[in-house]
Amino acid sequence: MSSTIVALLIIGVAVLFILGIKLLSSPKTARLGNLVAAAGMTIALIILHKPNGDYVWSQGWSFNYTLIAIGTVIGIVVGALGAYSVKMTAMPQMVALFNGLGGGAAALVASLEFVKPDHDITTFIAGSMLFATLIGSLSFSGSIIAYLKLQGKFEKPMTFPGQNILNGLILLVILGLCGFLTLHAAGGNATLAFIVLFSLALFFGVAMVMPIGGADMPVVISLLNSFTGLAVAADGFAINNLAMVVAGTLVGSSGTLLTLLMCKAMNRPVTNVLFGAFGSSGGAGGAATGDLAGKTVKPIQADEVALLLAYAQQVVIVPGYGMAVAQAQHSVRELSDELGKRGVEVRFAIHPVAGRMPGHMNVLLAEANVPYDQLVEMEAINPSMDRVDVCLVIGANDVVNPAAREEKTSPIYGMPIIEADRCKSVIVMKRSMAAGFAGIENHLFYKDNTRMLFGDAKASLNALVAAVKAS
Amino acid sequence: MDTNILFIFILAVFVGFEVISKVPSMLHTPLMSGTNAIHGIILFGGILVLADAATPLAQALGFVAVIFGSANVFGGFMVTDRMLRMFKKKKSP
Repeated sequence: MSSTIVALLIIGVAVLFILGIKLLSSPKTARLGNLVAAAGMTIALIILHKPNGDYVWSQGWSFNYTLIAIGTVIGIVVGALGAYSVKMTAMPQMVALFNGLGGGAAALVASLEFVKPDHDITTFIAGSMLFATLIGSLSFSGSIIAYLKLQGKFEKPMTFPGQNILNGLILLVILGLCGFLTLHAAGGNATLAFIVLFSLALFFGVAMVMPIGGADMPVVISLLNSFTGLAVAADGFAINNLAMVVAGTLVGSSGTLLTLLMCKAMNRPVTNVLFGAFGSSGGAGGAATGDLAGKTVKPIQADEVALLLAYAQQVVIVPGYGMAVAQAQHSVRELSDELGKRGVEVRFAIHPVAGRMPGHMNVLLAEANVPYDQLVEMEAINPSMDRVDVCLVIGANDVVNPAAREEKTSPIYGMPIIEADRCKSVIVMKRSMAAGFAGIENHLFYKDNTRMLFGDAKASLNALVAAVKAS
Repeated sequence: MDTNILFIFILAVFVGFEVISKVPSMLHTPLMSGTNAIHGIILFGGILVLADAATPLAQALGFVAVIFGSANVFGGFMVTDRMLRMFKKKKSP
């Protein structure tokens, strides 16, 4: 292939990646955007060249190429199994896992380039390789811990005194090793130092994610996603591949911005998420707020709720993680359709961090065929909450807790919430009186206009659908 | 040192920031998943190092890198598409 055509095609690849990300940020074009990015990837594969300029696919077939073919096929099978067999509720874990694999691959590629015996490399290239090794392996181990936390293993933050100091020391050793290796890229000591660096980076990924609570994993995954992007870009520098530099950098910078957007939605600075061990300091104080003493919650039965809903004009449904756990999204859609038939206006209020990942609720409701124009974001729906007749809270907790507005001592004070308490009546569907992920009491449950409908969300919703049909 | 590649790197940083500045939160997860697939381009890095691998150890590690990268890129695009297939507009009656 002529080098001019290849250069032009690489520009095309970069444009397709940028366009893909752009299209991914609007609901109407998102699916197309994903396909556009995949098309860019295909072209990048076809025009793949070695660092020395040789065209990869015109070399004679060798055992290494057989390994490439087998490895790629294994990856496709593993990827397809993961992508298509996973439940919609477990999507966030899947993204974490794929991200970890990408990080691991980035670290391996950089290591293999670095320890190659017969080459002299510039300080800049050595630095890129070390950066990719460090960030890639950190992203690998960190993503696996994030995956495990989302699977329900050691969800609670794991902390001990002096943890941040220990982590800081490890980081210092890592940076020292990087400095040493950048200057002494060859020799027996270098290989040993490299292996130590690799292991420390893996350990650091674990140590970084362990103290962070399960509720903050979306932010962590987004951050590690942008880390992997940067590691891939550094690999691109190391093996002189422009498409990798562009793709990795785009992911790195857009991922960083996405991470900040997520933190903004929770009204917490990113440093607080990463180093704060949420709830460890404020949890106890939040739970013991005095003015709840003596107040009790008021339960309600499904038949009564059905009547309220059937004769309402405006209903807002606030879904949360409880809906995901109960797999109740299809029942919710049935209820919403049934109410729609009776002329009730039904909207879904989506908090940016409801569920275990931003957009988690949208994905689940979309799976159940709820049209996305019925889903309204928090900022858009809050001004109209006073006019809403019934607000149905399904398995959501912290995102509707008015303590965020009223209670200065609460750990979630200042977090934007869906102001469910302003609706004429509020029905909270819940399994039990357990506290939410943040581990604090919900003041909403004790308000005069709130009724509690206890039970499994799916069973309760099915009872509601039947009762609405009958009324 | 080739400064052109640094130049492109800096431009890409800014493009990445600008291109997603306005994203509705409903698309945060699919967007993360989509960009996750894009960094799966590391598969090609794996292919390049494995193609030139000279020792059994390099072949073994390169092989693992190709499997990881391949799962990242193919799984990433597939899982994103599966999420996005569900965003449908209400059919007009």
